This record gives sequence, structure tokens and C-alpha cells, in this order.
Amino acid sequence: MSALPDLSNEEILRYSRHLILPDVGMEGQRKLKGAKVAMVGTGGLGAPLGLYLAAAGIGKIGIVDFDVVDVTNLQRQVIHGTKDVGRPKIDSAAETMQDINPYLEIEKYETALSSDNALEIFGDYDVIVDGTDNFPTRYLVNDACVLLGKPNAYGSIFRFEGQATVFGHEDGPCYRCLYPEPPPPGLVPSCAEGGVLGILPAVIGSIQATEVVKLILGKGTTLSGRLLLYDAMNMKFRELKLRKNPECPLCSDNRTIHELIDYQQFCGIPQQQAEEAAQAGRLPELTVTELKAKLDAEEDIFVLDVREPHEYEIAKIPGTTLIPLGQLPKRVDELEATADIIVHCKMGGRSARAQQILKDMGFSRVTNLAGGILAWSDQVDPSVPKY
Amino acid sequence: MAKILIPTPLRQYVGGVDSIDVDAPNVGEALDKLTADHADLKKNLFNDEGKLRSFVNVYVNDEDIRYLERDKTALKGDDVVSIVPSIAGGHSRREVSG
Repeated sequence: MSALPDLSNEEILRYSRHLILPDVGMEGQRKLKGAKVAMVGTGGLGAPLGLYLAAAGIGKIGIVDFDVVDVTNLQRQVIHGTKDVGRPKIDSAAETMQDINPYLEIEKYETALSSDNALEIFGDYDVIVDGTDNFPTRYLVNDACVLLGKPNAYGSIFRFEGQATVFGHEDGPCYRCLYPEPPPPGLVPSCAEGGVLGILPAVIGSIQATEVVKLILGKGTTLSGRLLLYDAMNMKFRELKLRKNPECPLCSDNRTIHELIDYQQFCGIPQQQAEEAAQAGRLPELTVTELKAKLDAEEDIFVLDVREPHEYEIAKIPGTTLIPLGQLPKRVDELEATADIIVHCKMGGRSARAQQILKDMGFSRVTNLAGGILAWSDQVDPSVPKY
Repeated sequence: MAKILIPTPLRQYVGGVDSIDVDAPNVGEALDKLTADHADLKKNLFNDEGKLRSFVNVYVNDEDIRYLERDKTALKGDDVVSIVPSIAGGHSRREVSG
């Protein structure tokens, strides 16, 4: 950065608590104003990132997202409000950020980050900050950053746990050094194990924002080469050494990846979808209205709910029996092999797996409830809450 | 006894606990003992050839066993073994089906 932008008197007053910090000072604040940061995702991690990076006085922030605000986001995505439900997240986020800091320049990219646009979008920015939620985009962001030689402030969350580090900074390691490959989709925790403490992304996103600011200031010691683990439940921070893999396919001297690849393919998504589609065609399904008719006619059916007990507590279809999917193989003796069994879960995914398990164990008359309890709430009984 | 820390995504396979003490001379034997009692955990940690999966890292204290002696890495009584799988969450744009 050769010619740093000047600060107006209004900006000097606004940033006074930075300016009187010797480690930031006038030069540091001008560096922040001269900096351009690309933020991928405006969800759980993107919310604190957007708020604090805007407030800190970053000159230009590019935001990439194509989602709309849903009411279930508001438990943690504090950059959006109740009035924003249904709006594009980038519009809602940009409005909040602009309100915090009118001197900020915002560039909106209402698109899914892809191999076709990532290098072009990131090309304009100094630091990339990864607030995405899925493996294909994680690897895409990493690879694009390494190919462009730009640092990536990384954070990731799950339930009560978070991870944060800086990838691709100078000679530091990248995401592929840490994890050469993503988990196959079948081994990724399903929504049964999902959920996240609303405050968790605030901690991890704020750590990412801190690293962004330090990278721009060129001050302090970044998380490059260290993986920070945060456990909210036990309130513990731990740190693991993160080394550059001498065999890394992306960032080592022996690299085999020289351009962006097909990340959906790399993460096994199309294969998984094909498998699911094939399975869906093989096994019988019924709709929620068909189930309602059977229940009303008092047909002799056994409705099995394979969700978790805490989900059953939130919402249930009357007259069902709960056996969580994980316990099903051990508890099949509670079922009659000749009974007409209808399996349901929240959306139909877990129950399809349960259906396959039961079929493999010799149950011949097992039907999956398409759309699960969410469809039941939508089409049969709106008094059953959705979650 | 070395302590093995179980990360959140894998706790469902070990009855919900967050750590398990294991008496073993090295990491490989410690993980063998751990997974002998928990078959589902084994499937998540090791591939069909019995190799540690590439989205799971194992650390003894703060060092990655890939840069020590892998499964032959010796364990002392007060060592902490961490299993750290990759997690992708952060934005929750869509829910995983199910």
C-alpha cells in the first residue's frame, strides 16, 4: 500500500479510540481505510464479521451471499433483524453495516461463490474471510486464496465448538495442509446432530475479524500455523500446531493443483444426490395427507418416529412411537416384522435411512413419510410447530 | 493413562462423553482400544483399509501425529490425545437433508 488514504476530521473523531492506541495510530487507521476485505457468507460468522469490520473502519468490504433472511437465522445472525425476514441477506447486511459506518464502501455479490467467479471476485481484495457453511465452498475459498496469494481468516462452528486460524498467509499452511480431503457426505453430521449455540459464532467471528485487522495492520502474531479450538460448553480455548504439509497438493513445492476444480464433485455431492435419488425410487413413500387419511380411517398402522427425544419434545404427530435412528438397530425387537410401519422424521432423510435399515433386517412393509413432520405441519396440522 | 478428547460430532458414538482414559503405549493402540468398544466410532475414524481418514487429525498434546511418528507415537501417562475432525458450519444457509 503506497499511498494511504487520508482521514477526514469526522473520521478522526470516529476512530479516536483506535488512533490513541499506539499499535494502530494514524498510520494503522489509514491502512484499515486503504484495505479491501472480501467476506464470504453473511450468516452466523458473517454477522459479527460484518458488524466489526464495518465499525473498525475497513475502507471497502465485498460481501458474497445469495440467501434470504429466514426467521430461524435471527437466533444468531445479529446483523439481520426481524423486519429483514424474507429480504436478501446481502441487502440486509449492507444496510446494517452502512448504518454503522457511512464511510465504508460496500460491494455486493449476490451470487454463489464458484470456480467460475472466485478468482475474479477475490482478485480485488487484500484479505478474504471465510464465513461459509459447507465443505465445497471451504475448499474453493482456500484454493482461490492460495492461487492468488491472499490470506484467509478462517472460522468454523459446530454446536458448542469452534475452530479458527489463518490460512495461506505468507509461508503458512493452508486448509488442505490441515485436511487434505473433506468427509464423504454420508459421514457429515445430519440435522439430527445439528444446531448451534447462538452466541458461538459471535466468538469465532470476532476472532476472525481480529485476525483480519491484524493482517492489515501488520501487527501482532496471527493464528497462521496455529489452530485455535474453542469449547463454549466447558469455556476452554486450546491451541494446536498447524504445519505446512510438504506434500500438500495445493501449496507445497510438489503441488498437483494449479487451478480451481469442481468442488461439488470433490466433496462427493453429485454422487450422494444420485444415491439418494436411486434410493428414493426404490423404497415406497406416502404423503402426509395419505397418512392423515389412514389415521382417520383407523387403519392398523404403526407410525415410527426416528428423530431424537429433544425433537419429539418440540413437536410430534399424535399416536407415534419414538425410536431414534441411532438406536433402531438395537431396538428392532420392539417392532412387529409383519406390521404396516410408516417411518417419519423431520424432513424425510433420516426416515429413509431407517426404512433401508428395517428392510435389510427383513421388515417387508415399511413406508417413508415424504417431507416428514414439517410437511405434516404445512399440509395437515398447522398447530404442530415447525423447527 | 492417556486422556483421549472426543470432539462433539463423535460423542454420539461413545455415549455422549467428552473424554475417555486409555492405557496404551502408543497412539495406534490407544485408538484401537477406543474403537474396539465403539464400532460406529471406528467407521468414522478409519477407512476400509484401517487408515485414519483424511478429514480427521490426531494430536498428542499440541502436535499433529503426522509430524511425530503417526500411530507409533509413544504416549506418556499425562498425555492428552485430541481427535479433531473438520467441521464446515458457520452460515447455515441450508440444512443437511434429514
